[in-house]
Amino acid sequence: MLALKDVGKTYPNGVHALERFSAEISPGEIIAIIGGSGCGKSTLLRAIAGLDRASTGSVTLDNAVITSPHAKIGIIFQEPRLLPWLSVADNIGFGLADLAADARGERVASALARVGLTDKASAWPRELSGGQAQRVAIARALVPQPEVLLLDEPFSALDAFTRRDLQDHLLDLWADTRPTLILVTHDVDEAVVLADRVLVMRPRPGRLFEQITINLARPRDRKSELFDTFKRRVLTALDRSLDRSVRDATDKSSAGEAMWW
Amino acid sequence: MAMTVDLPALEQTAAPRAAPARWSRFARPALGLLVPVVCALGWELVVYLGYSNGRLVPPPSKVFQTIVELAKSGELSRHILATLWRVGAGFALGVIAGTIMGAISGYWDFAKRLLDPTVQALRAIPSLAWVPLFVLWLGIFETSKVALIAVGVFFPIYLGVMGAILSVDRKIVEVGRVFRLSGPAMIRRILLPAVLPAYVVALRVGLGLGWMFVVAAELIGASEGLGYLLLDGQQLGKPAQILAAIVIFAILGKLTDWLIEVAAAPLLRWQDAFGAQGGQ
Repeated sequence: MLALKDVGKTYPNGVHALERFSAEISPGEIIAIIGGSGCGKSTLLRAIAGLDRASTGSVTLDNAVITSPHAKIGIIFQEPRLLPWLSVADNIGFGLADLAADARGERVASALARVGLTDKASAWPRELSGGQAQRVAIARALVPQPEVLLLDEPFSALDAFTRRDLQDHLLDLWADTRPTLILVTHDVDEAVVLADRVLVMRPRPGRLFEQITINLARPRDRKSELFDTFKRRVLTALDRSLDRSVRDATDKSSAGEAMWW
Repeated sequence: MAMTVDLPALEQTAAPRAAPARWSRFARPALGLLVPVVCALGWELVVYLGYSNGRLVPPPSKVFQTIVELAKSGELSRHILATLWRVGAGFALGVIAGTIMGAISGYWDFAKRLLDPTVQALRAIPSLAWVPLFVLWLGIFETSKVALIAVGVFFPIYLGVMGAILSVDRKIVEVGRVFRLSGPAMIRRILLPAVLPAYVVALRVGLGLGWMFVVAAELIGASEGLGYLLLDGQQLGKPAQILAAIVIFAILGKLTDWLIEVAAAPLLRWQDAFGAQGGQ
């Protein structure tokens, strides 16, 4: 159980990025955090990762208070952040330095096979496409078998087709060990495809605005009516979070708006 | 039917295209040699045909002959070894001091505030200005020469290492933090590989300055070394000897630079840069 209690963050320059954010997230749950820019999404994610300390409140994972990066919490950033001097295989095995070489090799080989990059094992990161590099980053984060995996707009730099592929692929990988996933995104479509629960945030200062539970069976059909209904609900909540004029929830014209920022 | 006719035609056009590609692989470096070789041959011809006596500017054959004579008498190897020893010792000292100081200043902000202004102020002094002081302090023999070379090598290494550490991508360092690397592991697994390309450049710049300063050191007062050959050639009016020493300096400088490049190449194969693509 990951518990966020009154998490707040004020940066040294006085920017009040996040205020009293509380949520309880069960093991294996998939959470999407969505909101306008400046709503503290990334701040929240970095606090959960232990990369930045919260100014107020606490993040606890199974009763352990998180103040620095934790072995059970992995993170995938917007950019792959592969180490350019390591081969693809060595990048994936980067977090397994404590393991004996043969055990590490086995884990890396199975992870490579799982993300479909076995033939790229000895390639350099610069030889990968954007989608392949992000797959390596996903494998690197999953190979130490984290209980919580944080994703900070992981697919936003990719083209629409690759993004869709990787969303499906991520769900597929998630099913292996079912870690908790917390995904920060700008993409309503992505939130509704992946998440059990969408947390809509409100900017200045960032705080939780609304929670929307997506009780759709997986795999989800992006073209179904029900899917559109959930998308509209998220879009409506987003509009309200920014005090925009509330659109009619049944208005078909907003349904095609896949990206939102 | 049309396709079976087309295919051989395609093969025919592809075959002669491979030949110019192979030719250009040799032609490209050869192109760089064209100007110096033509100049040398031209001057050789001018002297040979008697348009110039070649006394002040000896023809290449005379320079080559001087090198051979020096080599035969054993003089050449004595001078080369003396110079190489000085450059080697000075370079090693400069690299060690520059690497340690640069690493401390790059890694630790307090040390940078404390040390960097002083180092930068010292850097502003033309290094040759140290010569009288070094001679007074360290004597006129080897120590002062090695010290001068070490000073010349120190600054580019210091600046290179410090700058490289300061410019390591914060995002990459964060990857190390996420995997909870300890301080030493962070240095070994993230910082060292990240600064290596800039470090190799700093080493090459430092070595170049080492060669520059060995000449200065040997011109000041030496009884052996390539710099001494230069001075001896000037004082006794032997331009061929001066040119011979210059040619050997060029060869040794290029050779040692090449050694660093070759030694570092396997460590830098990962680089994704314009220069790493094989000089296209």
